Amino acid sequence: MSYLPFAVAGWLFFVGLYGVVTSRNYIHLTVCLTVMQSSTYVVLLAIGYRDKATAPIFVGISRTARTVDPVVQALTLTDIVVSVVVAALLLSLTMDMFGRAKTVDPDEVRELSS
Amino acid sequence: MSRRSRIGLFAATAPIFAALVFWGLAGLPDFGHYNHPYGKLLSRAAPVDRHTSNVVSATTFDYRGFDTLGEEFILFASAMGVALLLRDVRDVESRRPYDRVEDDAVQLLGILMVPVTVLLGLWLAAYGYITPGGGFQGGVVLAGGLVLLWAAGRYRAYRAASPIPLVELAEGVGAGGYVVVGLAALVSGAPFLQNLFGPGHFGTLLSGGSIPFLNWAAAIEVAAANVLLYNEVFEEYALSLRSRR
Amino acid sequence: MIPLQALLLLLMGFVGTTVVLARDPLRQAIVNSVYGLIGVLLFVVFQAPDVALSELVVGTVAMPLVLLVAILKVRRK
Repeated sequence: MSYLPFAVAGWLFFVGLYGVVTSRNYIHLTVCLTVMQSSTYVVLLAIGYRDKATAPIFVGISRTARTVDPVVQALTLTDIVVSVVVAALLLSLTMDMFGRAKTVDPDEVRELSS
Repeated sequence: MSRRSRIGLFAATAPIFAALVFWGLAGLPDFGHYNHPYGKLLSRAAPVDRHTSNVVSATTFDYRGFDTLGEEFILFASAMGVALLLRDVRDVESRRPYDRVEDDAVQLLGILMVPVTVLLGLWLAAYGYITPGGGFQGGVVLAGGLVLLWAAGRYRAYRAASPIPLVELAEGVGAGGYVVVGLAALVSGAPFLQNLFGPGHFGTLLSGGSIPFLNWAAAIEVAAANVLLYNEVFEEYALSLRSRR
Repeated sequence: MIPLQALLLLLMGFVGTTVVLARDPLRQAIVNSVYGLIGVLLFVVFQAPDVALSELVVGTVAMPLVLLVAILKVRRK
């Protein structure tokens, strides 16, 4: 039972990878990529979790209270904000490519036109 | 590579890769039995050394401030990439469409909620190192207030509220301000991004040393990058409106 | 592990699979918002309020907006 978070994270990673490989639409591909990224958030937070511990915010609790790990939370929260901007970059690449090739199917866009 | 060979490669190698990944994940400590000394040390040290009650923000902007610098520059580069990609076939600004929301109830909601959202974003950014929040979250909510102005109001009001040179200047100030605070520590003989100022009073806005400055630099940069992003996105939408008429 | 965490983890795995299996981008955008909401609840139960705030803010303001305009642009021409 204690393996469940890691199992779910691994499952999400491979389901997202399956979506990326078999995608027929670049927008669908970008969202599957964000699913893969969210699997890493689950792994990070699951590593930092302690039983019967509270959030690492010392407002109203004693300074020696048992808290979860703050380092993985710091890594994850910046990651979430950055990932959406990178997804926007991928989507703008898609929009630009649609303007030239008139399709968003990865298999129809074969070679770079000369 | 063709679709069939791509799927064939995936079907052949994914089970092996998955087996390795799941076996590796099984080698981690059990869920709930976290035992690394670094996190425990930071939770003990941050309220004492820096007088900040939000240890996660202290970690983001002080103990792991260098990683946040890298993340901010990813944000900066991505916003610049979007602007480069979507800006080339844009015509002059005088032919902006007059696109406004017709419904009165939606406009009233927008008028009421835009100042609330901006205030919420400012509060999240300002009290980020005391209660949950921080520069990153507050910056996105600030940009969200501007989105609300566009979605429940007029396109021209949105354009008037976010002039592009000012937003680009704000983004540069945010990213550069972070580096300047770090360099100030370097100039005074300490390592880069060392916390220079005194800790202050625990639980008030005057705490954390250089954390408030880095926090606000990050908030300004995230808000400006998001506004630039949405601006490109709204321009594309306005372009599609114009071609429809 | 408390039962709420186990329930939310299983739900996240299930909805994540649904996000990948929704091939139409517009439907996928809506399921993605649900996925983000479950992520917020999961992060709260993992005692990470900052991360939950981050995911909530991003999943409400930034992600649907960029996705919807991309879908619109790709459909119009």
